[in-house]
Amino acid sequence: MKISCDIDIKHLTRVEGHGNIRIIIENGQVREARWEVVETPRFFEAILVGKLFENAPYLCGRICGICSIGHTLASIRAVENGFGIRPTLQTQRLRLLLKHMETLQSHILHIYFLTAPDYLGVGSVLPLVQSHPEVVQQALRLKLLANDICDEVGGRRLHPTRTVVGGFTMLPDRYRLGQFRQRLQASLADLTASVDLFATFSIPDFQRETEFVSLQGDGDYPFIGGNLISTDGVVKQEQEYAAMTNEYMADYSTSKLSRLSRKSFAVGALARINNNFAGLLPQARAIAEELGLVPVLHNPYMNVVAQLVECVQVVLESMQLIDDLLAEPWQEHRQPVEPREGIGVAAVEVPRGILYHCLHLDAAGRIVKADCVIPTSQNHANIFHDIEELALFCAGQGKSDKEIELLAEMLVRAYDPCISCSVH
Amino acid sequence: MPLSKNSQSLPAVFGSGVLRITICSLLLMIDIESYTLLLNQVLEMTEQKAFLGVPLTRPKVAFFELSSCEGCQLQLLNNEATLLDFLSLVEIVRFREGMKEAGDDYEIAFVEGSITRMDEEELLRVIRSQARIVVALGSCACFGGVNQLKNRFNDLEWVKKEVYGSFPIETQEVKPISAVIKVDLEIYGCPIKKEEVERIVTALVLGEQVHHPQYPVCMECKARENICLFDLGEPCLGPVTRAGCAAWCPSNRLGCWGCRGPAPEANLAQLQIIMEERGVSRERMIDRLECFGGFAGFVAEVKGKKGESI
Repeated sequence: MKISCDIDIKHLTRVEGHGNIRIIIENGQVREARWEVVETPRFFEAILVGKLFENAPYLCGRICGICSIGHTLASIRAVENGFGIRPTLQTQRLRLLLKHMETLQSHILHIYFLTAPDYLGVGSVLPLVQSHPEVVQQALRLKLLANDICDEVGGRRLHPTRTVVGGFTMLPDRYRLGQFRQRLQASLADLTASVDLFATFSIPDFQRETEFVSLQGDGDYPFIGGNLISTDGVVKQEQEYAAMTNEYMADYSTSKLSRLSRKSFAVGALARINNNFAGLLPQARAIAEELGLVPVLHNPYMNVVAQLVECVQVVLESMQLIDDLLAEPWQEHRQPVEPREGIGVAAVEVPRGILYHCLHLDAAGRIVKADCVIPTSQNHANIFHDIEELALFCAGQGKSDKEIELLAEMLVRAYDPCISCSVH
Repeated sequence: MPLSKNSQSLPAVFGSGVLRITICSLLLMIDIESYTLLLNQVLEMTEQKAFLGVPLTRPKVAFFELSSCEGCQLQLLNNEATLLDFLSLVEIVRFREGMKEAGDDYEIAFVEGSITRMDEEELLRVIRSQARIVVALGSCACFGGVNQLKNRFNDLEWVKKEVYGSFPIETQEVKPISAVIKVDLEIYGCPIKKEEVERIVTALVLGEQVHHPQYPVCMECKARENICLFDLGEPCLGPVTRAGCAAWCPSNRLGCWGCRGPAPEANLAQLQIIMEERGVSRERMIDRLECFGGFAGFVAEVKGKKGESI
């Protein structure tokens, strides 16, 4: 029996943004267990008001330094849905390829730089440069490949330049796309090595039953648009997103919070796999099974394993996308854009979960009202309740303060929270 | 690049991607495994870096973030090919986003983000009292960045209500960090250009002067033989924005939005004439000029003429 402990982590490390963990156990009883979000708000939804539509992707991409491509594409889709523009197949393929490579670079960053140090018993990736050089090289190679393709397709890996409403300002080089196809093929060896590495990690055995929300697949593993689904049986259309997110405020967070059928729900790689396991490609599904990831799984620490499975999925899908793109000559890269009054909603699966942008546009294409619901803001309440549950679990186990502290940190990190994004 | 005799080029070998490893291995006729072994030996031997035979001290560096997307710090991690070289130049004692350990004995502080809350001003004063050199990292730190767009409403209560309704939330008018503390060096850009950061940090470590270009992005764009975006019907602030990004956006056929602020030689009056001649609306010109805060003075002047509030 754990008698007492007092954990007070101000500004948790190796996560994006600022959050605190507080756990107090006295005489075996949990007195306090909290996840607090203290990030400063930047008011993007107000900033957008009165701006022409072309500002939306440019500004919204700057909500986040990791998933800027996801935000840019969500804003573009919201504007295009508002104006009634349907992107060409070529544009859809290029956007999905770009998004996949953002997913790969973001997941690799999280898996290797933010998570792996905990499992290898170090404070950061720096000591691994000496102790596990091959692991660091694997990570850097995968990340470099993903970022190089983002540069080629989106113009820039962070805050992309070529992505605009109506398509792209310019197209990638066909020869280089072919070369990237080869590098993607070669990267599967690094991913296999990553799977082997993960098989050696002992993932904490902790479960708390919750609801998982993601896009709904149609025999595929969806990333952009379509219906919304939860493991509790809720199904909504893209434009009904607000009924899925139900945002509210609480004293422990400067980020808005969400709930659906229960007191909290989760989004992200684990939620996507829990909802769309059947849509995974056979190779990715086999790896999921090998690593013990079979739906519906309620262990939040397994989110990082789900991310690794998704890395394999997006690499395989990207190779197919490049084949499809190279099988046809380039079409027009940019469609004409005619503003019209309307409300445009976009639901896009970004690395940390489902992201919604909603823009109210006037006849001249100016933004009248904006709403962005971020994956991490949807996860905060779930993290909060997980921390409570973890404290109860630890109180009954007689673990040391250090162990409890590490478990709590690893729990929050497992969600790969993007806290500045969630507060925006 | 072969392994060379003098030690200062060794980190470059270590900071290699797969390509350079392959080339090195081919040159040395060894396999990757022996290369890794060799690599570790080399690493142990080169704990002390030298420049032209003079030993270098690795300055202790810390990273801090105020209100921002943290993208500028991530840009440093995004430079996979030279990341390890870069890390060998400095000793990072604090980088919350990447490491658990946190030291307070830093000499150089990189601060990302702009000020939007009182606690950020306090943190800045602590940083200033400790660091020998404070570097403003990116456009949010230098000019307020996209965050300062909320200042244009001149009505904080409306801004808060638009996003949070009646829920109480603390915020203030967005300021660059130079509004609160003395800044020694500014690194512009949204995002920062990692090659530029590495050049500047190398100069800092070697005790050299850091120079920013005086000319505008337009010069770099011409040098890259790009089609002028005005000829493609796109508005562009390349003629007035400080160079140093190698015309990053225009080279991808996106007009410049002025994230690096005005070039010292910029002719802003002429920009208005160009925009007018090319049929770019005043609204679209102002969208770009006011986006990052670097042209704040000029925007106030342009808006002032028409007596607009926003």
